[in-house]
Amino acid sequence: MKMNGARILLESLKREGVDLVFGYPGGTVINLYDELMNVRDIRHILPRHEQGGTHAADGYARATGKVGVAIATSGPGATNTVTGIATAYMDSIPMVIISGQVPIPLIGNDAFQEVDMIGITRPITKHSFLIRNPKDIPAIVRKAFYIARSGRPGPVLIDFPKDVQIAQAEFKWPEQVDIRGYKPNLEGHPRQVEKAIQMMLAARRPVIYVGGGVILANAAADLTALARRLQFPVTTTLMGLGSFPENDPLALKMLGMHGAYAANMAMTNSDLILAVGARFDDRVTGKIATFAPHAKIIHVDVDPTSIRKNVRVDLPIVGDLQDVLAKMLVELDSQADGLAELLKNLTAWHEDISGWKEKHPIAYKQSTSVIKPQYVIQKLRELSNDDAIMATDVGQHQMWVAQFFGFQQPRTLLTSGGLGTMGFGLPSAMGAQAAFPKRQVLCVCGDGGVQMNIQELATMVQNRLPVKIAILNNNFLGMVRQWQELFFDKRYSQTCLELPIDFVKLAEAYGAKGLRTDKPAEVEQVVKAALAHNGPVVMEFKIAREEKVLPMVPAGASLNEMVLNA
Amino acid sequence: MHHTSHTIAVLVENEFGVLARVAGLFSGRGFNIESLTVAPTNEEGLSRMTIVTRGDENVLEQITKQLNKLVDVIKVIDFSDGSAIEREMAIIKVTAEEDSRAEVLRIVDIFRAKIIDVTPKSYTIEATGAPAKIDAILELLRPLGLKELVRTGAVAIGRGPKGWKG
Repeated sequence: MKMNGARILLESLKREGVDLVFGYPGGTVINLYDELMNVRDIRHILPRHEQGGTHAADGYARATGKVGVAIATSGPGATNTVTGIATAYMDSIPMVIISGQVPIPLIGNDAFQEVDMIGITRPITKHSFLIRNPKDIPAIVRKAFYIARSGRPGPVLIDFPKDVQIAQAEFKWPEQVDIRGYKPNLEGHPRQVEKAIQMMLAARRPVIYVGGGVILANAAADLTALARRLQFPVTTTLMGLGSFPENDPLALKMLGMHGAYAANMAMTNSDLILAVGARFDDRVTGKIATFAPHAKIIHVDVDPTSIRKNVRVDLPIVGDLQDVLAKMLVELDSQADGLAELLKNLTAWHEDISGWKEKHPIAYKQSTSVIKPQYVIQKLRELSNDDAIMATDVGQHQMWVAQFFGFQQPRTLLTSGGLGTMGFGLPSAMGAQAAFPKRQVLCVCGDGGVQMNIQELATMVQNRLPVKIAILNNNFLGMVRQWQELFFDKRYSQTCLELPIDFVKLAEAYGAKGLRTDKPAEVEQVVKAALAHNGPVVMEFKIAREEKVLPMVPAGASLNEMVLNA
Repeated sequence: MHHTSHTIAVLVENEFGVLARVAGLFSGRGFNIESLTVAPTNEEGLSRMTIVTRGDENVLEQITKQLNKLVDVIKVIDFSDGSAIEREMAIIKVTAEEDSRAEVLRIVDIFRAKIIDVTPKSYTIEATGAPAKIDAILELLRPLGLKELVRTGAVAIGRGPKGWKG
């Protein structure tokens, strides 16, 4: 049966299992939107800004593990998605972005609302397609989703000219997808796995260093099983939080710039690092020259380019993390003696680690007169469900969440780790809530970042997405202020926001509930009231203005050169 | 670390924008391109690039891996170990007036190059060979008055009976 290109695209989305998209109409997608009215099984959420829509699709993808879909019109609509695409690219989030494009004969003519979207997004997408013929649409959509979710996931852009949306073709869904230049290597080499096990059994001061790859690969259960079998301590990156339960005695918590003292000391003193789905980012390693000087490094990742990019590696294993970790567990079954010997050898190391944990736990000074931000995070954890999803923006509050929320389950933290995008939290929380209407979805923001996509409050109210937003208001761009305090002689250049915003009134203007307190004694009741409310809530906490995120490894310093109290 | 020249062959889908993807990868990651050539192959839909780049071992490893990661790249062949035959062509316009005309001809003869255009004041020479040979002929012609030079950049193919598919 012949249909127009717009309908072919929507039918293709259905075949890929898409039931929810975030998009914003405009001139070059008007045909697509017209056809959307004839399609019943795809729910559409209209954000108030394309950036919000793109982050929402990203949050949906992070929370569900499915491919998030965003639609924007050509020109400014498309460029508004760029920050969202880059955010997803840096954190390897599977997304498909459909941008309208001017009709093919006009491409290159500087037509109204024309931009070279393929060109603009080339460095921030895993791949991109320009549709030139309506008969190609099913194959392109199939490939786009396959590329987005397989191997190391990432965003894929489909640029969809208006005339191709109108042109007619047969709809033929390809049952197979085969791309000769794209064959991710998913099976870990058995010989490398054996070698890794031998290295692990010989270790005396081992650490497992876990990144977001474990969550993306749905390998958290295997990882946890492996760590417990080997009794290896586990530290996670920001993106890895949730892949290993932080209440486990083996948990070292987050490492790196604002990581736990014990985690950074363990890395520095280790003789073996098993890196799983992590990429040795500069916020994690500190000064490379002095990073883990005594450690042999085993690096497991699905993306070969992550291996030996930043640090030397003794044993690389390329493969899907579930596959490799499962193979390691099987291999260990035949190593009962070695394992018993190992556990005896680790006693001293576990004692060292306990000592570091006791010496400098992640902590803060409580106050009865002013709200400490860390206290708010603790209360949010205490009063919310174990499977509550937490979205953050970027800055001090993000680090406090990472340090104090105590993540137990994968896919419960939505945060922009790689790109560090302010304005990510609120819309990504909205996307997660759309995916899971019944689960608690929390969002912690600063008063700076929340204003970067605050317009999505309207989308939440309109679509009954009851996200609970906690604004930690210090009237500062707090993280930059902290750097200025510590490294720029307290010269607070442009970091004081000065004009106080009445966030309660703002929430009410959008039809959401607004709550506010500046008293520590009221934090609990505000959180309880928010969680009990059947709709989106903005909680404004006026916090200690100059509270700092500690400990801190200054940029360019070694991991063991932490500022503990400043 | 030792920075040396490396020759890489890249088999790519003959798709819209593939050159931009490869070039963008090099510029975005700060890799260096000394020369790049691209043309279709005997196989429909398949083009072949030859890229000469410079960097230490780690950089080369990253370049190879990053190229392999591009969806439109089908195969990357690293010829760093001298396993390839490399050829380049140059078209060279030199001043050739009375006293230097014979000298230019002698050099052309020694390098088995060809004169492809003649005027009373110039010769245009076509020279083919390994890039080092092109460098050598240019070295000799330069003092005689090099008016214009165009080089194709190297193309390379593996030695021995096997094709790239093995």
